Amino acid sequence: MTATDGAFVAFERVQKSYDGENLVVKDLNLSMPKGEFLTMLGPSGSGKTTCLMMLAGFETATHGDILLDGVSINNIPPHKRGIGMVFQNYALFPHMSVAENLSFPLEVRKIGKSDREAKVKRALDMVQMGSFAGRRPAQLSGGQQQRIALARALVFEPELVLMDEPLGALDKQLRETLQFEITNLAHELGITTVYVTHDQTEALTMSDRVAVFDDGRIQQLAPPDELYEKPENSFVAQFIGENNTLEGVVEEIKGNTCIVKLDSGDIIDAVPVNVDNVGDRTKVSIRPERVEFDRNRLHDDAHTLKAEVLEFIYMGDIFRTRLRVAGTDEFVIKTRNAPDQKRLKPGEMIEIGWMAEDCRALDA
Amino acid sequence: MAEQMLAADGRPLKASLNRALRRQKLRALALIAPLLLFILISFVMPIADMLFRSVENEIVSNTLPRTVVALEEWDADTGEAPSEEVFSALYTDMTLAAEYKTHTRLGSRLNYESTGISSLFRKSGRRVGRFDTDIYTDAFTAGDPAYGDPARWANWMDDGAIRTQLPKTASAYDDWARMIVEVEGDDPLEEEPWDFVFTALYEDANAGGVLPIAVDLSGVEPVSLRAQFSDVDDDWLDVDVWQTIKLYAPEYTSGYFLNSVDLMKTPEGVEARPENEQIYITLFIRTLIMSLSIMGMCVLLGYPIAWLLANLPDRTANLLMILVLLPFWTSLLVRTSAWKVLLQQQGVINDVLVWIGLVSDGNRLELINNQTGTIIAMTHILLPFMILPLYSVMKTIPPSYLRAAKSLGATNWTAFWRVYFPQSVPGIGAGCILVFILAIGYYITPELVGGTKGVFISNRIAYHISSSLNWGLAAALGTILLAVVLILYWVYDRIVGIDNVKLGG
Repeated sequence: MTATDGAFVAFERVQKSYDGENLVVKDLNLSMPKGEFLTMLGPSGSGKTTCLMMLAGFETATHGDILLDGVSINNIPPHKRGIGMVFQNYALFPHMSVAENLSFPLEVRKIGKSDREAKVKRALDMVQMGSFAGRRPAQLSGGQQQRIALARALVFEPELVLMDEPLGALDKQLRETLQFEITNLAHELGITTVYVTHDQTEALTMSDRVAVFDDGRIQQLAPPDELYEKPENSFVAQFIGENNTLEGVVEEIKGNTCIVKLDSGDIIDAVPVNVDNVGDRTKVSIRPERVEFDRNRLHDDAHTLKAEVLEFIYMGDIFRTRLRVAGTDEFVIKTRNAPDQKRLKPGEMIEIGWMAEDCRALDA
Repeated sequence: MAEQMLAADGRPLKASLNRALRRQKLRALALIAPLLLFILISFVMPIADMLFRSVENEIVSNTLPRTVVALEEWDADTGEAPSEEVFSALYTDMTLAAEYKTHTRLGSRLNYESTGISSLFRKSGRRVGRFDTDIYTDAFTAGDPAYGDPARWANWMDDGAIRTQLPKTASAYDDWARMIVEVEGDDPLEEEPWDFVFTALYEDANAGGVLPIAVDLSGVEPVSLRAQFSDVDDDWLDVDVWQTIKLYAPEYTSGYFLNSVDLMKTPEGVEARPENEQIYITLFIRTLIMSLSIMGMCVLLGYPIAWLLANLPDRTANLLMILVLLPFWTSLLVRTSAWKVLLQQQGVINDVLVWIGLVSDGNRLELINNQTGTIIAMTHILLPFMILPLYSVMKTIPPSYLRAAKSLGATNWTAFWRVYFPQSVPGIGAGCILVFILAIGYYITPELVGGTKGVFISNRIAYHISSSLNWGLAAALGTILLAVVLILYWVYDRIVGIDNVKLGG
C-alpha cells in the first residue's frame, strides 16, 4: 500500500535528469484526487515545468512512476494520454481558423462532422467566444487567444488539463478576469487541473492546493491559506507573500511556543516549526499585517521590540511602513486604511509586538 | 466641406508634409543612386540592347540600300531572277559593301536563313571590282577628259541641277566619296571616280539624263550586270536567294523568334522547320522538365535536412550548417568536376557498384553526359538554395505547435502533416522559386556533365553567342526564356501567392 492509492494523478519517486549529472527533479512524490485544482509554484529552474512536461508525456522520467487513474503512463506517448494542455504562448495553429483549431482534436479522434460542430460550438460558448469561430488566431487579442486555447484543451473533454503559465503574457486586469474564469470552468466541469505558474498571487487565488517547488523538490504542498499563514520552511515563507525575517538562536522550547534570542539581543516569542533543539539558529518569520504597534491589542506578557519609523508609504487601501527593528532596516508593517488608523511619521519611536502563533521559527 | 488643415506657419498641412517627405525621399534616392547607375549601365542597358537584337534586322537595308528598294518591284512568283535594274543596284551596293567589308557580315546573317549565301557574298565581294564596267569609264574619259578630273566631278556633284538630271550618279558618287574618305583615307578631290560611278552615269544618260558635257555613247556596248554576277556564281539567278534577301529586307524581323520555336518564314507565310532542324521546342521543354525535377529533388533532399537544422541543439546545428554551406565556399567548377570523377563509367560510383557486384563490368551505368548527370550534379549545387530558406522559415515555427498537436491527440505524422508542414510551405515556396529560376538558366554544369542529351537552353544560347555568332537568335531564345520565367512566376503568384513566400523572419 502506498499513499497514492486511489489518487487520480500520482508521481511516485520521480526523478529527472537531462545531462546525467544533475537532477532537475529530485524524488518527487505527489498525489491528486479527482477534480482538484493544483498549482505548481516556484521560481524558474525549480523543476515545475519539467514535472508538467513529464505528465504530458513530452519528457520521460529518468526514474520513478507517473500514474494516471492508477495506471502507469510512463510508456504511453503524449497523443494517447488524453490530457488537455494549454501552452504559455497559446500555440494556436496560425494557419487554421478558430473553429478549425477546436475541431482538430476531434478530427484526429475521428468524431463525426455534426458531432464535431456541436462540440466546437459548445466549447466556444463556454469561453464566450461563440462569434469568433471564423477568425484566424492572429486576428484575436491575447486574452481572446487564451480563451480559445482553453476551449481547445477542453473541447475533447479530457479529465485532466495541464496549464503551463497560461496567463503569463497578459496584462494584470485581464489576468485577474481569466484567473476567475479558469477556476470557475474547472470546478463546473469537474476536471482535474495542474497549473504551473511563478506568480504566487495567481497560485493563491486559483488553487485548491499549491505545491511550492524549489531545487527540484516540493517544499510544501498545502491549501493557499495554510501555505500563507503556516509556511513550513523559510523558503516558502519568503517566496509566498511579503514577509519579515529576523535571525537568532532558540533559547527555550515550551511545547507550542519557543523563545528566540535575536542577534541584536532582543527576546521574542515564536512558534517552533522546524527547529528542534535549544541553541539552533533560526529565521523567524512574521507577516507584515500581523505586526501590532498598539500596546492595547497585544497580550500583556507578549515580548515587544523597539522600532524607529523610517518611511511611511501611502498605498490607498493600505499603509506600508518601513521600520528599523533589531538591527534591520527592512522590517515592514502593513496597516489597513481605516478611519481611526494611526499614520506613523518617519523618526517616530514605537513599540511593536505580535501574537506568538503568527511568528514562526523556521530553519536558518 | 471640411476646412483645409493648416500647419503652424499657415501653409496647408499637406504641402508641409510633402515638403518634409521630399527631403527624405531625395536622400534615399541619393543613397541608392550609385548602385542604381551601376545596374542601369552595366546590367539593364546591355540586356535591353541584347533583347532588342532579337528583332533588329537593319543589316540588310543598311548594306544593300539600293538593292532593297529595287527589289520592291520584283515578284518572286514569276519564277525569274530579278531584272537588270536590280543587279545594277546590287553592283553599286556590293562594291561599296566590299570596300567596307560588310558584305561578309551580311552573308553570314543571311546564311542563317538560307545556307550558301555566305560564300556567294564572299565570292561576289572579291570579284565585283573586276567587272567589265571599265568600258564605261573608258568611254566617258575618251569622250571628254574632264570626266577623268576629280575636281570637275566635285563641281558637278555640287550643282543641284546636274544632280536632278543624274540621280543615280549623284547617289553613287556621294557614297563613293564617303567611302574614299572613310576606308581609303584619301581625298575625293584627287581621286578619279570608280567604275560603278561611271556605270551609274551611263545608266542615267541612257535614261535620258542630261550630261554636264555631252559625250557620244552610241558606240558603247552595254554590259549586262546580271550576266556579270551570274558569271561569278549561278546562284545569283536562283529565285530562292533573292527571296531570302527580299524577305529579310525590313528593318525588323520576327525571323529569330520563329526560329526559336522551330518555325521559319517563307514567302508563303510561317511554316514549321524541317524535322531534322527542330531542336528548340524540345530543348525548352527539356529545360523546363529538368529544372522541375531538380527542384523536386531539392525539396525531397532538403526538407529533412532543414528540419534537422532547425530542431537540433545549436552546437550540432551549426556544424551541420557548415556542412550545408561548404559547397558554397567551393568553386563551382571544382564541384562539377568532382561529379565527373564520381559519375563517369570508369568512375568511383561505377567502380564501387561493380566491386560490390550490383552491376556487371560490361553494363556500367551511364551516369554522366546525359540528363541523369545534369540532374545529380545540379541538385547538389542548388541544394543550399533550398535548405537555407526552408531552415529560416522552420526556425520560426515554435516547437510548442507540435507539442500542442500531440497533446490534442495527433500522432507524430498527423501533427507534422496538419500542423508543421502547412507552416513550412512558405519556405518550400521560396526555395522552389529560387532553385527553379536558378536551374532554368544554368549553364556551366550542364555544359560540363550534360553531354548532348543533358544540356539546357542556356547552353544553346551560349553557343549562338560565342560560336555561331548568331546573336539575334541567341537574343530571341533568351527573351523567350525570360518570358517563360516571368509567366511561371506570375502563375505561381496566382496559385501560391507571392506574399506566402518567406526567406526567413
